Amino acid sequence: MSTTNPAAASPAAASPIEAAGGGVATYVDQRVGSNKFLGRNLGKVFPDHWSFMLGEIALYSFLVVLLSGVYLTLFFKPSMVEVIYNGSYVPLKGIEMSEAYASTLDISFDVRGGLLIRQMHHWAALIFVAAIAVHMFRVFFTGAFRKPREFNWILGVGLATLALAAGFSGYSLPDDLLSGTGLQIARGIVQSIPIVGTWGAFLLFGGEFPGTDFISRLYGIHILLVPGLILALVTVHLMLVWTQKHTQFPGPGRTNNNVVGYPLMPVYMAKAGGFFFIVFGICTLIAGLVTINPIWLFGPYTPDQVSAGSQPDWYIGWLDGALRIMPNLESYLFGYTISWNILIPAVIMPGIVFTALALYPFLEAWVTGDKREHHLLDRPRNTPTRTGIGVMAITFYGLLWIGGGNDIIATSFNLTINSITWFLRITIFVLPPIAFVVTKRICLALQRRDRDKLLHGYETGRVLRLPHGEFIEVHETINYKEMAVITSKSDIAPLPAPVKVDADGVANRKYRIQSLRAKLSNFFYADNITKPTTAEIEAAQHHIDHDAALEAPLHAYEDADEIRNAHGGVLHHPGMANTNAEQLAGRTDH
Amino acid sequence: MKFLAARRRQPVVALAMLLFALVTVGGLYAAAATVRPAEAAGAASSETQVEMGKQLYLEGCSSCHSLQAQGSANGPTLIGVGAAAVDFQVSTGRMPLAAPGVQSVAGPPQFNEEQTAALAAYVASLAPGPAIPSAEQVDFASADVAEGGVLFRVNCQQCHQAAGQGGALTQGKYAPSLMGATPTQMYEAMITGPESMPVFSDATLPEEDKKAIMAYVDYLQNASDPGGLSLGRLGPVTEGLFLWTAVFGALIAVAVWIGIKAR
Repeated sequence: MSTTNPAAASPAAASPIEAAGGGVATYVDQRVGSNKFLGRNLGKVFPDHWSFMLGEIALYSFLVVLLSGVYLTLFFKPSMVEVIYNGSYVPLKGIEMSEAYASTLDISFDVRGGLLIRQMHHWAALIFVAAIAVHMFRVFFTGAFRKPREFNWILGVGLATLALAAGFSGYSLPDDLLSGTGLQIARGIVQSIPIVGTWGAFLLFGGEFPGTDFISRLYGIHILLVPGLILALVTVHLMLVWTQKHTQFPGPGRTNNNVVGYPLMPVYMAKAGGFFFIVFGICTLIAGLVTINPIWLFGPYTPDQVSAGSQPDWYIGWLDGALRIMPNLESYLFGYTISWNILIPAVIMPGIVFTALALYPFLEAWVTGDKREHHLLDRPRNTPTRTGIGVMAITFYGLLWIGGGNDIIATSFNLTINSITWFLRITIFVLPPIAFVVTKRICLALQRRDRDKLLHGYETGRVLRLPHGEFIEVHETINYKEMAVITSKSDIAPLPAPVKVDADGVANRKYRIQSLRAKLSNFFYADNITKPTTAEIEAAQHHIDHDAALEAPLHAYEDADEIRNAHGGVLHHPGMANTNAEQLAGRTDH
Repeated sequence: MKFLAARRRQPVVALAMLLFALVTVGGLYAAAATVRPAEAAGAASSETQVEMGKQLYLEGCSSCHSLQAQGSANGPTLIGVGAAAVDFQVSTGRMPLAAPGVQSVAGPPQFNEEQTAALAAYVASLAPGPAIPSAEQVDFASADVAEGGVLFRVNCQQCHQAAGQGGALTQGKYAPSLMGATPTQMYEAMITGPESMPVFSDATLPEEDKKAIMAYVDYLQNASDPGGLSLGRLGPVTEGLFLWTAVFGALIAVAVWIGIKAR
């Protein structure tokens, strides 16, 4: 470790503040050795794009959730002991309720700043889950999950799942009528699992519903277990981003082997730091202005009551929607009831969705046979099948979401709940494939447009009449930035169909799996619009140059006239046209 | 005009013209739609209330409920429904029916108070039935709001929603929002059970309990929202909508702003 202090070495050059700062840095460095670490990492370069900040929204809103949550733990009592409410909210005065609900009312009405903090906690939690979702969209559609980032994708899926768990456990804590209704549904879902369901539900709730244990059990999960896991996974998630470096969008000078952007210090310190305060500010602003979860309107939970329009928070809405649109199917096997109406939408379907989500990077890598490292992002149009699959999944999710709010939608838009249900039962199978095909076609059309731009340049809108009467539109070469973006596309050829029996007559044992792989590879890449070759682009440049040559005499005429006016000795009146071009423009004005 | 003429091809002009046309057409339609058919207002004061009611009944109701109020394929009999049912249906604008549908829709009342009272008196004269509640019966001033809340949650919210915002029933039927209901209308609805609503007789819900419920609904109607903007008190659906539109719109706008390269 260096013992000389750069600040102390030239005290005359440094201002008093710098000298003091240097002194502190040296003092700390001599004890924890921080200078070497900071020197190595503060200059780390990050690429710039707005969509790279979506994950930051998740991180910052999580910090808001943690801070506001700590405040709430000071006043919340996770107890199902029945008490008589005697706080300041008159319409519930004298009513018997659980201590959990009573203390949430106290937080809302009798703790200084309590309602603001409660609303901050809840809004920030909704923002947290939503930010994870949009961050995941960005990573998915740009192919940022490809090698070497597959593990980080899985960590992300784990974080998303934990975020749902954190949200739902928090939603269930206040023991108001809405949260209790949600818990009762959750219990029903556990019960629907064949054979172990009933016992599992008894184990979780410590007996019959609602029992007296569950709130305190959930409390431990909500404030310790889940946030602890989230913090741990977030740490690893960010460490991986740090060591693997951030991906970047294609552009001039950007390759798979570099990172073009700004250093952490000072640019990203300022940007990220500022963004943290903005996210915090937005959370506070909404919490101060907009009600969320007005538990005082819902009343205390009792198992015999339920309100019309009971919904979970947005991120559970799709599961609720799946339950709502599922037809009523049950079977009786060996004395057991199997409730397919709950098992399929609430256990099997989300199980498939989350498994597919987690395994997607590996599936795509296997199908494409792509083993290269990728640090340059895909433009969504250049991977039409992946983009199509993503839009298909979002459509599927969106339809289930509509199902979750079917009663509110029915009353708000004068529809019948039955027709919404039937609409969704049909479209849940019909619309996602349509969304896939449409998206894929749009992507392919955009690829054609890109190819066209490379081969013909862009249309300038200048129409030229040639001496022999022909009209042409002048094309010009696209600028170098667009050129770099478009030419970043890397075409992957679909895998060839495997041979069943090779030339020596030996049967291919892996024929079936290879055949499937080749078919999937074709599905992914067969429709791809190939990027023009360098020779083709050069030939196109000649064509564009030809246009320019045709237009050149016109420019020469304009320019020559200017020279004559300036140097030809003709007296130039003020307001007189300087060039032929100006003169022509002047003529069309009158 | 030269100023306007020079700008007539700007893209915003098309939008402005479209808005102007929409506002004009919409405004004219609204003006035309509010002009209702002339109300039968000139009932002679010498006639008795029942006779006036009968006249109004024959003009406005008999096409569905038949000339003797015995009912037809298009409308139920009104014999024995009582004055309370008539007052509820007519004063909330549900009757006369604006259009056939799964259930009658509340709207601006088509008869004034005097006419409504006359209609109620006529129907009540056909056979005994629940009467319009007296001022004393709907005076909930001394009722317990908290008790009303409990009763509301036990009896009303499964259809009318916890905050009285209304909710969906099957096949397009719905429980309406209670935000515009007067105490008299609430009382009448409870004792007559309009549409899908069950009847809450004094045996199931004593008068004291009815008053408590009215007090709680009155509280819901007038309560401010301590948490700020209420989002319609509709719960997580509108909260989620607000999150994904306003909040995420703002957050992404900020991200785009920060992400723009400094020039």
